[in-house]
Amino acid sequence: MSVLLRVQDLSVNYGHIEAVKGITFHLNTGEITALVGANGAGKSTTLLALSGLLKPAHGRILFEDEDITGLAPHQIVSRGVVQVAEGRAILVTLTVSENLALGAYTRRDRAGIADSLEQVFHLFPRLKDRADQLAGNLSGGEQQMLAIGRALMAKPRLLLLDEPSMGLAPILVQEIFRTLVDINRSGLTVLLVEQNVRQALKIARHGYVIETGQIVLTDSGANLLHDPRVAEAYLGG
Amino acid sequence: MLSQQLLNALTLGSVYALFALGFTLVFGVLAVINLSHGAVFMVGSYAALFLVTRFEMPLWLALLAAMAVSGMLGLLIDVLILKPLRARNAPHLIPMIATIGVAITLSSSAQGIFGAEILRFPEGTIPAGEFIIGDVHVRAIEIGIVGIAFTLMAVLFLAIRRTQLGRALRAIAESPKAASLLGINVEGLFHGTSFVAAALGGAAGVLIGLDFNAITPLMGQPILHKGIAVIILGGMGDIRGALIAGMFLGFAEVMSKAYLSSQLGDAVAFGLLFLILLVRPSGMFGRVLERKA
Ligand SMILES: Nc1ncnc2c1ncn2[C@@H]1O[C@H](COP(=O)(O)OP(=O)(O)OP(=O)(O)O)[C@@H](O)[C@H]1O
Ligand SMILES: [Mg+2]
Repeated sequence: MSVLLRVQDLSVNYGHIEAVKGITFHLNTGEITALVGANGAGKSTTLLALSGLLKPAHGRILFEDEDITGLAPHQIVSRGVVQVAEGRAILVTLTVSENLALGAYTRRDRAGIADSLEQVFHLFPRLKDRADQLAGNLSGGEQQMLAIGRALMAKPRLLLLDEPSMGLAPILVQEIFRTLVDINRSGLTVLLVEQNVRQALKIARHGYVIETGQIVLTDSGANLLHDPRVAEAYLGG
Repeated sequence: MLSQQLLNALTLGSVYALFALGFTLVFGVLAVINLSHGAVFMVGSYAALFLVTRFEMPLWLALLAAMAVSGMLGLLIDVLILKPLRARNAPHLIPMIATIGVAITLSSSAQGIFGAEILRFPEGTIPAGEFIIGDVHVRAIEIGIVGIAFTLMAVLFLAIRRTQLGRALRAIAESPKAASLLGINVEGLFHGTSFVAAALGGAAGVLIGLDFNAITPLMGQPILHKGIAVIILGGMGDIRGALIAGMFLGFAEVMSKAYLSSQLGDAVAFGLLFLILLVRPSGMFGRVLERKA
């Protein structure tokens, strides 16, 4: 099993606040890995550091054995590490198709981009119907589909997802997670950050539990799902 | 008489629009009110004049060269002044004040180098042709000014609406963070935008210099005030709004000078602006977007 991303002793601060305190984890190629934890645990901070939007105070990030710590965000995207950020990650003043076109910003292969667009429309047919509408007029679920579809337009090697289930009705959460499983089956490595611990661990091969900036538990997704400590803290007993 | 004034208004308005376009572009993309834009406009004017007088450069080439010079100046201002302030997350007022400093430095330098008196293009450099259409005298130079201004504006407008680069700029205008997660080199496009905006400002300076055939170190000041009015009226950061509002201001100014009072032209134009803003505080198109991180 090859390792796609390795995070070593990563610390990230906001001024004097230590949000992430020396975490170490790795992602295996082709797997879904979940990083779960409560509000304010440091999940988003970790993802922002992986994407280069926050500079780590300490530690290293290795992608395919290359040290990408301290690279600019656009350099990290062009290596194939693409993030769907927390909340409304889409551009509401642009249309759906403009959002998708920008997803392929780092690519130059016209034919490949057209193929990716086909795939995204196949995955999320509703986006095709709404292609010419402003993204801001989409429903919450459609916006999340657009955010994921747009990330896929980059032809990523690693997809980072920050709480894709946030604010969505349970039925939509199911739909999004099923799609993530499909995307992963086609070979894409996924790091899934979630507060929806049960759903995330169900589809993840491996999981890490983060509390106040530290990783406190790690195991396979299935084992974590049945771990009494996880059950008590995150699954309502 | 009226059609003659309409032509004057069209000429002036298209230059105001061109000037305001760069101004609003920088505001939209960099979220900075760049108060050195008037001084950059003045530098464009002097650059063209210098190249025409000293090197006898043809006018069209001097215009391109002046755009390159002012573009480089805009780039330099971004790299040396705005970028370090961005890196320190300086609050909005700081870059605005820093650019006032730049403006003062540039106009004092121009005064030191070229003197405070009004300079003019040498005899014969400005095409003197004139057509008479109906009862309107149309100077060749006016056709050139309107044509160049509209061409530049159309190119910019289409680039922003239709190209991937334009989409990237609109993405940055909405959220630099989201844009960088798409792989957009945000810093690079800040530099590029500063260059293009300043080049357009410089072009406007050359065109005004040709229209009035008068170049002074302080010529950037009144047009800066008009530029501010135009981008507020057009909606901050709104390209199409700047275009329409620029034309509007040109018309208001020329018409009030012609039919009301030659001294009060500016006062009337600004009074009108004030009235419009009372009714529509967020500009003619009334679309105010809160920028995300
Ligand atoms: N911009 C910021 N400035 C200062 N502190 C911050 C900032 N952003 C986050 N924090 C703090 O850092 C810690 C980690 O925040 P982070 O956003 O990474 O949590 P999270 O695990 O993503 O939480 P959530 O599930 O609510 O999104 C929290 O204590 C938070 O208050
Ligand atoms: Mg978060």
